Amino acid sequence: MAKELLKGNVAIAEAALRAGLEAYFGYPITPQTELLEHLSKRMIQLNRVFLQAESEVASINMVYGAASAGVRTMTSSSSPGISLMQEGFSYIAASDVPCVVVDIMRGGPGLGNIQPSQGDYFQVTRSAGHGDYHPIVLAPASVQEAIDFTVLAFDLADKYRHLVMIAADGQIGQMMEPAELPPMRPIRTERPEWALTGAKGREKNIVTSLFMQPEEEEAFNQKIQARLKIIRKNEQRWYEYLTEDADLLVIGFGTAGRIAYSAVEAAREKGLKVGLLRPQTLWPFPEDRLSELADRIRGCLVVEMNAGQMIDDVRLAISGQVPVNFYGRMGGMIPMPDDILTAIEETLTRLYSAAGLPI
Amino acid sequence: MLATLNAPISENSLQVVYEYPESLSPVVTHYCPGCTHGIAHRLLAEALDELGLREKTILVAPVGCSVFAYQYFETDGCEAAHGRAPAMATGLKRVQPDKTVVTYQGDGDLVSIGAAEILHAAARGENITTIFINNAIYGMTGGQMAPTTLPGQKTTSSPFGRNTTMTGNPIRMSELLANMDGSAYIVRRSLHDVKNIRKAKKAIITALKVQMAGLGFSMVELLSSCPTNWSIQPEKALEWIEDNMVPYFPLGDYKVRDEVNGL
Ligand SMILES: Cc1ncc(C[n+]2csc(CCOP(=O)(O)OP(=O)(O)O)c2C)c(N)n1
Ligand code: SF4
Repeated sequence: MAKELLKGNVAIAEAALRAGLEAYFGYPITPQTELLEHLSKRMIQLNRVFLQAESEVASINMVYGAASAGVRTMTSSSSPGISLMQEGFSYIAASDVPCVVVDIMRGGPGLGNIQPSQGDYFQVTRSAGHGDYHPIVLAPASVQEAIDFTVLAFDLADKYRHLVMIAADGQIGQMMEPAELPPMRPIRTERPEWALTGAKGREKNIVTSLFMQPEEEEAFNQKIQARLKIIRKNEQRWYEYLTEDADLLVIGFGTAGRIAYSAVEAAREKGLKVGLLRPQTLWPFPEDRLSELADRIRGCLVVEMNAGQMIDDVRLAISGQVPVNFYGRMGGMIPMPDDILTAIEETLTRLYSAAGLPI
Repeated sequence: MLATLNAPISENSLQVVYEYPESLSPVVTHYCPGCTHGIAHRLLAEALDELGLREKTILVAPVGCSVFAYQYFETDGCEAAHGRAPAMATGLKRVQPDKTVVTYQGDGDLVSIGAAEILHAAARGENITTIFINNAIYGMTGGQMAPTTLPGQKTTSSPFGRNTTMTGNPIRMSELLANMDGSAYIVRRSLHDVKNIRKAKKAIITALKVQMAGLGFSMVELLSSCPTNWSIQPEKALEWIEDNMVPYFPLGDYKVRDEVNGL
């Protein structure tokens, strides 16, 4: 299929339906709305389910229902709406039903603004609602990646019967880039054996998150943890650039990671030994690769469009082996390559002088 | 009279007049003695049996005393978040319109925390059936004030009696939802005596038929007892429904779309 000029939100929507999306439920919010609008047309044309819900609370619970019926289902929103969905995420995670949630992040806290931000890192990676679990979180840095990760998201959700989120900042949702869409997959005809389809000729199926006995609840938690352990082992994804001889590793995801790429290129032109690690999964965080790299770098610079959230995961992975510096913009401000370059130079200067090396 | 009672019973004269419904799971429920949740379960199960719906029904249980309802029905079932049963039911029904989707909700669940979800399900004419248990109290959490608690009624969170100046007035949900164009069948019945229980069952059957015919949203509100948290004997609780709840929540048909009469 040829490349076409596509807006991020539209590309995600179209990729989702080509990946076999059967039911979408959502509520308008900028900078995500084109995603919902695109599906409001295409899903109806294809005779699939599209419903504009009365709130994000309702949309995620509609997704919970459709997911319990064993179909590929999705909702999308932006930060304030994602906050409202937390209850549903937790129930979904506790019921072993697969689904996909897209978060096109915007500036916060509060109503904030509609500019791109990465301020939801904590709320999507940490637990997404109450209880002990993590969703799988994919973080695209281009329209093409947004498309590819959307397809991947559905496959991972089904594979692990788990909640998968796509956390993209508003920049990814709003910008247009040439990208290639996947071919249209046929809709699945078979429903999983656990799905709520009516107890015809079989025992009844139950979808619940309720385990009244603490022993039972602990056993269920152990099951989730065992699954998360496998996901953590199998699904860490990242993009790496010029890390071979790097003294300084710049780490950023999504748009911040993409801008950091330009800054790393500029630094290399100046002869500075700088590389880039751009996590593509925020959970599981690419901790194994980062801890390997920590053995041979002198320090890290974390770049985020927030006050420093992913930096916690960087510190955990690096485990104090090297110093970790931070450069971030907040409130919908986007870092400029030059600003990151300055931060790179300052960090390197500090690292070299601490080691008694010439700059 | 005596003679008939003492007459030997022949095998052929035995007739089954009361059976365990196929749609009801053969388990002991956790409901308190004298609670009418059990009656409501039985009525729903009988209705599902009579309409042959067991194998295509999905029951959405609420958060409340009936949180385990999915364990008590021999149908597929799930457990929604507090108040979200209509949203979850919407998801289930939209992707498989040929199935029968039923929500079973208490008054805290449906009228308070889930008011938006039920209102919009009705407004959309969501083709689901809701069994709404109105017992004027939060049973599961130990008897706090519900949005349906009567003026002056004492609960653990309105210990001086519900003061409507401070808390507002009870909400009559059937009347409210009947106003939605999407609702096809909305009635209020009571479980306080045999006559009314019979009427309640008829209404549940009609509501399910409305769904089978694809007419839109249907709801049967059932005035129900909570002897435990009302702190009265079960029989007195039934009288309390009749004396106090029925005057505030009048029984009757609030919405019966024309097509329903033909079912
Ligand atoms: C989000 C949330 N808030 C509060 C609760 C606690 N809670 C459980 S049941 C309940 C009230 C249920 O009352 P009602 O719907 O009237 O049903 P009943 O128990 O009387 O049958 C509450 C407040 C909860 N489980 N979840
Ligand atoms: S607390 Fe009330 S509503 Fe709940 S089971 Fe007991 S009597 Fe029934």
